[in-house]
Amino acid sequence: MSIPLSWYLVLAAALFSIGLYGVLVRKNAIAILLGVELMLNAVNINLVAFWRYLDPAQMAGQAFAIIVFAVAAAEVAVGLALIIAVYRRRKTVVADEIDLMKW
Amino acid sequence: MATEILIWLLPLPPLLAFFLIVLFTNKNKALSHSVAVGAAGLSWLGSMIVFVRALGVEEFGKHAFESVINWLPTGETWFQIGVRIDPLGAATLFFVAWTVLMIFIYSIGYHNFGQPAGDHDRKGLPPHGATVTDAHGHPNDPGAGKHTVPSVEPMYSRFFAFIGLFAFGMYTLVVSNNLLTLFVGWEIMGLCSYLLIGFWYGKPSARNAAIKAFMTTRIGDVFMLLGIAFLYSATGTLTFSEIFTEETLHHLATLSTPILGLSGAGLIGLLLFIGTVGKSAQWPLHVWLPDAMEGPTPVSAMIHAATMVSAGVYAVLRMFPLLSLDPATMSIVAFIGAFTALFAATIAVAQNDIKRVLAYSTISQLGYMIAALGIGAYVAAAFHLITHAFFKALLFLGSGSVIHGMEHGVLHTGNHHVDPQDMFNMGGLRKKMPITFWTFLIGGFALSGFPAITAGFWSKDEILADAFAHGHWAVFITLAVAAFLTAFYTMRQITLTFLGEPRTEEAKHAQETPWTMTAPLVVLAFFAVTYGWVGIPEHFPLLGGLIPNWFHEFVGSTLAEHPEAAPFSIWPLLTSLGVALGGLFFGWLAYRNVKSPAEDKLQLPVLKNKWYFDEAYDFLFVKPAYWMAEKFTYLFMDRQVIDGLLHAVARFSLFLGHVFRNYFDKPVVNELIGDGTANLVKSSGKGLRFIQTGRVQYYMLASMVLLVIFAVLYYFLLA
Amino acid sequence: MTGAQIVFLVCAGLILGSAVMVVTARNLMHAAFWLIAALFGVAVLYALLEAGFMAVIQVVIYIGAIAIMFIFADMLTRREVRESRAQIGRNWPLAAFAGLSILTGLVALILGQPGVSRTASAIPAGVDPVAALGTALVSPDAYVLPFEVASVLLLAALVGAVYIAGIVKK
Repeated sequence: MSIPLSWYLVLAAALFSIGLYGVLVRKNAIAILLGVELMLNAVNINLVAFWRYLDPAQMAGQAFAIIVFAVAAAEVAVGLALIIAVYRRRKTVVADEIDLMKW
Repeated sequence: MATEILIWLLPLPPLLAFFLIVLFTNKNKALSHSVAVGAAGLSWLGSMIVFVRALGVEEFGKHAFESVINWLPTGETWFQIGVRIDPLGAATLFFVAWTVLMIFIYSIGYHNFGQPAGDHDRKGLPPHGATVTDAHGHPNDPGAGKHTVPSVEPMYSRFFAFIGLFAFGMYTLVVSNNLLTLFVGWEIMGLCSYLLIGFWYGKPSARNAAIKAFMTTRIGDVFMLLGIAFLYSATGTLTFSEIFTEETLHHLATLSTPILGLSGAGLIGLLLFIGTVGKSAQWPLHVWLPDAMEGPTPVSAMIHAATMVSAGVYAVLRMFPLLSLDPATMSIVAFIGAFTALFAATIAVAQNDIKRVLAYSTISQLGYMIAALGIGAYVAAAFHLITHAFFKALLFLGSGSVIHGMEHGVLHTGNHHVDPQDMFNMGGLRKKMPITFWTFLIGGFALSGFPAITAGFWSKDEILADAFAHGHWAVFITLAVAAFLTAFYTMRQITLTFLGEPRTEEAKHAQETPWTMTAPLVVLAFFAVTYGWVGIPEHFPLLGGLIPNWFHEFVGSTLAEHPEAAPFSIWPLLTSLGVALGGLFFGWLAYRNVKSPAEDKLQLPVLKNKWYFDEAYDFLFVKPAYWMAEKFTYLFMDRQVIDGLLHAVARFSLFLGHVFRNYFDKPVVNELIGDGTANLVKSSGKGLRFIQTGRVQYYMLASMVLLVIFAVLYYFLLA
Repeated sequence: MTGAQIVFLVCAGLILGSAVMVVTARNLMHAAFWLIAALFGVAVLYALLEAGFMAVIQVVIYIGAIAIMFIFADMLTRREVRESRAQIGRNWPLAAFAGLSILTGLVALILGQPGVSRTASAIPAGVDPVAALGTALVSPDAYVLPFEVASVLLLAALVGAVYIAGIVKK
């Protein structure tokens, strides 16, 4: 394997930043969740890369990545359910308009 | 179970019963008395096991059951508390367990368990009776079928809780191996005595009696505490086995004190003895005990015959090795005991209240024991303590039974002006209440010292024999006269109460009491007869040697030096025979035909008024105390000096407060700090409100930008 | 440049390009499809890292379940946010600044660490990553507890999602 570890890490950093940008600017709440998915994938790339490059006999990296999968699935399920519930009530999925929690 | 652990556990069931009744079963009468009697039964069982095991130990005096634990760190050593049962303790435990259990059972009947609630009974007053309608009613009465029956005590559960706590105190005192826990048990009993004497607190006389008992015993207790403190500072220990070692006793005997030229041992002994004087109602602190008869009769039997007053004598017996070091203290003890024995007996002759006769009789008999101790007759005193506990508990419970029967008569006739405790209202009760009569007769004969068959004869005879053998003539004669008077007033009481014909309508309708009351009487009567047989002197004519003098050997082994049994002499025997039989005969002769107090030749004012001790104390202590309280403390000290000071302080405080309020509180605290802070928060809130958009992305964006800023700052400032 | 490096660079280009499209596409449905492309690229990376199991569940769970859920959610809420309306908030320059700053910082940190230019050694003979992962996830002295907790979390999320999104009876 001739790929340096730094390539993976830089790629993950870039993917994370793009996801963050999406979370910060997208108006649609579903699109915000899409950004979150990108960020989680960046983390997973890191975890698996470290597993491969540091000690393949230690399964910690992959095991944590699996748990991130589970958490991501839970997050999407609950997040989308929330969005749909809000949509039913307020007929909107725009994050800016969901601003009941203000003064 | 190991005997030592069993001894630790002995006091606990009654304490547990106290808390259970107070906290949980207060509403349920049957459950309350079951818990209390069950607890007393457990303690009784444990006591009997301990007693039997003690009998099986060779040379028990040297191998007593003892167990100690570290309790309080005192610098580098520990203050230890523990339990100890030696021969004296075992013998005491025996009679305490029996009398306590009997009195618990008796209380069920005495408080009319199972009877309906009273028509107009109130808490704090004795039950007045309930009207019921059933087949037993009198058809010729206006309200056909209606009649009055005894009603149940309104505070039934509370009574059992109190006597439970009391039993805990007594067991604690008996099993203690040191003066401190002994004193704790002592004081718990003092408290319970107060609570139980004032049990019917609705009656002013009961309230006053409770206060009087508490205050009087308190005098003794303070001195006792002083004695304990002195003992601890002189020896550094309160454990009996450590005090009664040769070197400690020698140290105490040679220690000189500035008071009366007494040695350390003498002074400590005297101080502890004053505690006993209060607890066992010896002259001059005897005044509380007759008034304590205001309590329910089981209380009189328990506290004022069997246990608490015995505890005083028990404490002196415990400290006997210390007391006997100083002849001066012993003389004081002997004098007070003998004087009390005679003096209380003279008062008892002129009392008409059935319980008061017994109260003075108790004082007199306790004086006997104290006098015996004072002349060094250790075993005789312990012997009389135990036999007296049995027959006096019997007599008190018997008198309670009589009163109960009389109350039945009172309810029957409806004439509530008849005092059911006045012996001149009774007469002829032997036919109405046969069990009570026979057991009371046994108790009375035991008290009188009726020869050979009763326990009282043996113990009293032993005291007289000891006094005679050691040449204490004054004590011997005083006690002999007191014994004559004892037999006389006992027979007077029996004659007036049970013999002859009923003198009132109420006495005609008296009725035997339920089995819960008569069964304890029978059990106690058994001991009142048989307990004397374990202590028959070996050289006694005819009877001596038939049964070995077990008691002397057993209890005598408590002391380091085994006391010699007094040599036999015919004179004290003839004396005790003469005074007992003579007293009984004259008592019967003088009162067999007396119909009313007016015919009673011995109703001398000086005896009737108890040698004016109450009046004297009233004049000497109570009135001056009131005067001090009113004129000096209240009008001068309190109103002028203290109030004046307080008013001055108040005025100054008011002025100070005024200054603070106007010049500090209002401008600085209120306006600057109080309002200022609020205004600041309000304006900054207004200013910052726009940040709070409620839009989640703004918050996140802000936190990200701040993260970047902080990261940059961190990098440039720290790295 | 080895073959593996070429594959990596192609995948990286696919992932980053798709990711940019995810966050910029006006049409949300398109964004969801671009997300699938990006996730697929990540799956290829996993394969490149010899994490075969990860690659498979990346496709099955992420693409097969999570991405499809996005599409469904999009369709359920579609009426409101039209492509005609602005999809990007007014603060995008500030967000771009924050993203770029974090990227810069991260890259600087990564490249500053020693040993980041190392290459992977071969997986030791006898180690089967999939079998080892399976053992690790259910072994009491490894990750069985987090694994079980994750399953409880999923159950809770399931119940919660049904409750929140369920029809509210009035």
